[in-house]
Amino acid sequence: MLAPEKIWWKPLGRMEKTWLTVAFVWCVFLTVMMPLWYFLGKQNVPTETYRVTREQFAAQVNAFVEEYKIGEENGIPVVAPPPGGDAYLRASTWQWYPILQLEKGQTYRLHISSMDLQHGFSLQPVNINLQIIPGYDYVATIVPTSTGEFTIVCNEFCNLGHHTMVGKVIVK
Amino acid sequence: MTALAPTTPWTAGAKDDYRVCGVTTLKVDMHAERLIIANAVMAVVCLLLGGIAALLIALTRWQAIHLLDAKWFYSLLTIHGIDMLVAWIVFFEMAGLHFGSTALLNARHAAPKLAWFGFILMVIGGLMVNFVVLFDTNSIVTFTAYVPLKAHPLFYLSYILFAVGALITVITFFINIVVAKREKRFEGSLPLAVFGLMTAAILAVYTLLQGAIAIVPAFFWSLGWIANYDPGIYRNFFWGFGHPAQQVNLAAMVAIWYMLAQMTTGIRPVNEKFSRLAFILYLFFINLGSAHHLLVDPGLTFAWKAVNTSYAMYLAVLGSMMHAFSIPAAIEIALRVKGYNKGLFGWLRNAPWGEPGFGGLFMSMMIFGWIGGVTGVTIGTEQINMLAHNTLRLPGHFHATVVGGTTTAFMAFTYYVIPLIFRKELKLKSWAKWQPYVFGGGTVLVSLGMITSGLQGVSRRNWDITFAGVVPGTVDLTLAIFGIGALIAVTGGIMYLTVVLVSVFTGPRLEAGQLLLVGGKENPLLESTKLTDEQMEHPKNQPKGTLVLVFAFLAWFAIYYLSNWWLLGRTWYIR
Repeated sequence: MLAPEKIWWKPLGRMEKTWLTVAFVWCVFLTVMMPLWYFLGKQNVPTETYRVTREQFAAQVNAFVEEYKIGEENGIPVVAPPPGGDAYLRASTWQWYPILQLEKGQTYRLHISSMDLQHGFSLQPVNINLQIIPGYDYVATIVPTSTGEFTIVCNEFCNLGHHTMVGKVIVK
Repeated sequence: MTALAPTTPWTAGAKDDYRVCGVTTLKVDMHAERLIIANAVMAVVCLLLGGIAALLIALTRWQAIHLLDAKWFYSLLTIHGIDMLVAWIVFFEMAGLHFGSTALLNARHAAPKLAWFGFILMVIGGLMVNFVVLFDTNSIVTFTAYVPLKAHPLFYLSYILFAVGALITVITFFINIVVAKREKRFEGSLPLAVFGLMTAAILAVYTLLQGAIAIVPAFFWSLGWIANYDPGIYRNFFWGFGHPAQQVNLAAMVAIWYMLAQMTTGIRPVNEKFSRLAFILYLFFINLGSAHHLLVDPGLTFAWKAVNTSYAMYLAVLGSMMHAFSIPAAIEIALRVKGYNKGLFGWLRNAPWGEPGFGGLFMSMMIFGWIGGVTGVTIGTEQINMLAHNTLRLPGHFHATVVGGTTTAFMAFTYYVIPLIFRKELKLKSWAKWQPYVFGGGTVLVSLGMITSGLQGVSRRNWDITFAGVVPGTVDLTLAIFGIGALIAVTGGIMYLTVVLVSVFTGPRLEAGQLLLVGGKENPLLESTKLTDEQMEHPKNQPKGTLVLVFAFLAWFAIYYLSNWWLLGRTWYIR
């Protein structure tokens, strides 16, 4: 709380030096982990993005549903995209459309965009979370590694009905 | 030391009335004193409003109770965020800036009128936003107010008024420092605590300008003057304001840590260069942290995210780790000099645990570092963020930093502001003694409950998650831990408000004569000036215990961080 003496520029003591070095080495390790995982890890944040208008994306979703629809649940189509191909998911207040049926171990290019507000793509219980923003076609290349029924929750506040926005992914 | 020496008389002709503080022997400008009091009072009012909201929303997310309906929950969630994260903390920081740039420098307030103007803008903005959110359903947009979710124009206007008011106050801080230097109120460098506040103030300017870039177009857009406002760009600028705003809190909190350590244990900084360097690292690297909110956004490259995530090699984290060593080390040396020299931790056992300033400092440092810092760095890692983005882990992290860390420290500091600035005797001292432990303990449970819920996929900003059977049943347990923690923390908050109100309204008017509130008549501030270089450097007084503590911290950091990579490795492949 008091002004220091005029000359306070003293060399660091042994303990300060030790801790500074160790802490810095840890910080370098933290930094290196990310590029390391980028090249070696199998879970990385998707970066493929395209500008898209709401109308364009809605048309793509409709064409996709028409081509690969295999059934319906509570009025929402269940769609099975071809392994290795494109899949589409549309977010709007308060619905994920359509229901996707995928195969374990296969790769899919999953396009996600929003028709209106910002939404949060949260796939549970595998716990993958992405931010979905209108005007951006976000492409995630995914490989489901487990089978069962998975839920997509919206985890970005999108008005009062936000918590009712729940979708589904089935993996066979 | 130099600041305690008699200083030159106050500028002739200036009509400043001042008093001499009985504890520090420093002069306190009455203009500054009134500004400090006004800002502190508004801070406490906002804390009360935000606290009521906190209780109600915690009782709603606690699944067994689920008190409010969705509309009220989201509305109070919006208000809670704004009143706590912005209003309470910023008003308190403004009081701190007035205090730091006048009382601590033995200087006068050079621009009181400007400061009052800033204060009034902040009050209007702060109160207006509460009314807008409460009475306009469309303005329930949460703290982030993400475009294209549109609120009433007055919502954005109140943000702008508050920010402009804060910016004006920060400018008066710089004016005061320049004038104090010119009038030779202090010699040489700024005291370390003021240096820390200076760091906070510089960060605040950058932060508030970013806020203007984000919110002013949103205001025009809400009025219909701009047709399109790209939500991706809004996010970028909003977080250029939102995250650095928390770094302002960080710098201000660390400055208060140094003050609390000095006021309760009479420390001398171990090495001024070391501590100042740590603040400078904040200044240069912490702003990159704003990108943490955009890690799973579309449209940004890996390189951009990795560079920003790492704060350019985690240099800002390094700053925090340096403070994490230097503050306990200084405390250890000061206590060892007093003769508490037994073993590694004899000094810690004999620390003034009953002094609210020390209890608050301890809780604040532990919660901030061990829970807040470690979880923050982890969820701020580019790939790991996919597991955590918008889950309850995020509020779990920032309740540890901003509530357990900043708020606990600010509360503890208030107890000293009451005798020193309000000049009232602190009442209910035993309550004040326990308050940091109750409040801090509750916050620990809140954070842990939220973090463990988030790990199981519970999303934040969500009224109810369990109905769809999305999350495992164990969530009920972790949300209950969160709820019980919230009740304890709110109890601590009520204790704080009671002590403050009772002291201010019924405490006898008294010129403070000592610094320790509970522990007797010592004045650690004066003791600290008597610590000699020989005592500081004596082999018997070296901070060996602190070194053990920081290495234990590092081990915990590594375990938590690496186990998150392990968790990430078990989820679906994604690229």
